[in-house]
Amino acid sequence: MLEARALSFQVGQRHLLEGVSFGLEAGEVLGVLGPNGAGKSTLLRLLSGEERPSSGEVWLLGKALSAYTATELALLRSVLTQRRDLSFPFTAYEVAFLGRLPHLERRPEYPRDHQATTHALDLTQASALSHRKYPTLSGGEQSRVDLARVLAQEPRLLLLDEPTNHLDPRHQVEVLQLCRRLAREGWAVVTVLHDLNLAALFCDRVLLLHQGTVVALGTPQEVFEPERLEQVYGLPFALTQHPSGRPWVMPLG
Amino acid sequence: MQSTLRLPKAFSRYRLTLLGLGVALPLVVLLAAGSGAYAIAPQDIPRVLWERENPAYAVLTSVRFPRVLLAVMAGALLALSGAVMQGLFRNPLADPGLIGVSAGAALGAAVFIVALPGAGALEVYALPLIAFVGGLLATLAVWALASSGGRVQVLTLLLAGIALNALAGALIGLLVSRATDEQLRSLTFWTLGGYSGATWSLLAATAPTALLSLWGLLRLSRPLNALVLGESEAFHLGVNLEPFKRKAVALAALAVGTAVAAAGSVGFIGLVAPHLFRLLAGPDHRHLLPGSVLLGAILSVLADLIARTAAAPAELPVGVVTSLLGAPFFIALLLRFKREAAR
Repeated sequence: MLEARALSFQVGQRHLLEGVSFGLEAGEVLGVLGPNGAGKSTLLRLLSGEERPSSGEVWLLGKALSAYTATELALLRSVLTQRRDLSFPFTAYEVAFLGRLPHLERRPEYPRDHQATTHALDLTQASALSHRKYPTLSGGEQSRVDLARVLAQEPRLLLLDEPTNHLDPRHQVEVLQLCRRLAREGWAVVTVLHDLNLAALFCDRVLLLHQGTVVALGTPQEVFEPERLEQVYGLPFALTQHPSGRPWVMPLG
Repeated sequence: MQSTLRLPKAFSRYRLTLLGLGVALPLVVLLAAGSGAYAIAPQDIPRVLWERENPAYAVLTSVRFPRVLLAVMAGALLALSGAVMQGLFRNPLADPGLIGVSAGAALGAAVFIVALPGAGALEVYALPLIAFVGGLLATLAVWALASSGGRVQVLTLLLAGIALNALAGALIGLLVSRATDEQLRSLTFWTLGGYSGATWSLLAATAPTALLSLWGLLRLSRPLNALVLGESEAFHLGVNLEPFKRKAVALAALAVGTAVAAAGSVGFIGLVAPHLFRLLAGPDHRHLLPGSVLLGAILSVLADLIARTAAAPAELPVGVVTSLLGAPFFIALLLRFKREAAR
């Protein structure tokens, strides 16, 4: 579904990303990991089409990203960024409904658009917030409303930049369980995560970035080697096992 | 479940406000058309227009209606551009003048009035045209200053607009220092605005650009809604940013240029009308844009009504009335924002 071919991105003399390649199939959840400044958000910007790579190309459903119009892209992929400021006090429902915009580009509004919005708000457990003004919500509540907007867009590919940010443990787990469920329904998910253990629990594969290059790509079992994590994060790690059988790491400060 | 029950109410608030404004505008128009030295009861106006014989008919058709319609047009154009600029700059305090149109138009008018004193006979037609061209040139300059490599940074656009406004203000000041008393009076009309120059031919001359820009700006509601989240997010939602920004600025320049050419720079309506609609109904641009058109027209007609009746037989410049009423409103808004920010 999604293919990154030797992506490099350069600003001035600085190489933010160099030679990043991977493929992603429908039904898969890919976690993007790495320390601050590793190039995770840059990668997401290239995958979303917001920035053009300096070299290399992103392919989506058999077509180069640059061959899509903005609206065509918006019907296929949605993006959750970390930005949380709104220039005008829309209600939570109105914010979630913005996800329907690409669908309304060439047709009038149908009840189906409101059903999709309500459904998305239900999925992220944000429907009780519908009538609150978005700016008055807490960080975690805003995150859930934003996620609902991204889901209401009904794309086939989800690009998420730290969707668990600001969320309490229960909502963190629920968001990632939701990602898994959407993947089962045929969506593909790329998510930037900081929590290695959440990534190990919920991602099929993880991509470990360091200084703009891919250090490792594979299942969490394959990628999470203490020496490798120490080399990337500059911190020793101990590796054990989660009750589910997935790897479980902890930093030894 | 609660959400589905309460939703229609949220939407009907927009609808109700629009409906109320749609009813209020014709009433205000009739009230304004009836008021003045020769008073005509608003409820009699349809009959007078139908019978065509009454002396009131001549007053209405040759004086009052052109003036009221000019007020409607200018108010609608300024308020709509204001709403679009606030959305584009993602700033509720943005004003249609920010992209340099008003300043450019005033400068054009000042050059015409002061530097070309022999052109007095052409004033009726050439002056609005020169002002219009001045406004568009200023916007082009602001746009050129703010764009680099095919992209325009909205913040740079704002700064370039401020710089150009200051420059135009200085040049106008220079011209004013060389102006005669007679020229000064003409200039004052431009800087404060007023609808006393209204004629059917002026309305006919400005109608094409007015209608074109109204139509074009009203179609921008969806990308403006997307932009509420930010530029990247708007792109993710399918907005092609650069063409959209070009279109918004060009159409707003056309709208404000038309309004300023016909009525001088009437202040505050472009800022206040969108705000008032947000307070009454909400910020959704699909409703805000038509609502600003109606509200801007209503405010403009009422301001003109006050301008020509408050100190009758003398007449105040409309810009003075809108600023006198608009500034306190604006201050009240600022205080509200301050409270909300502190919370």
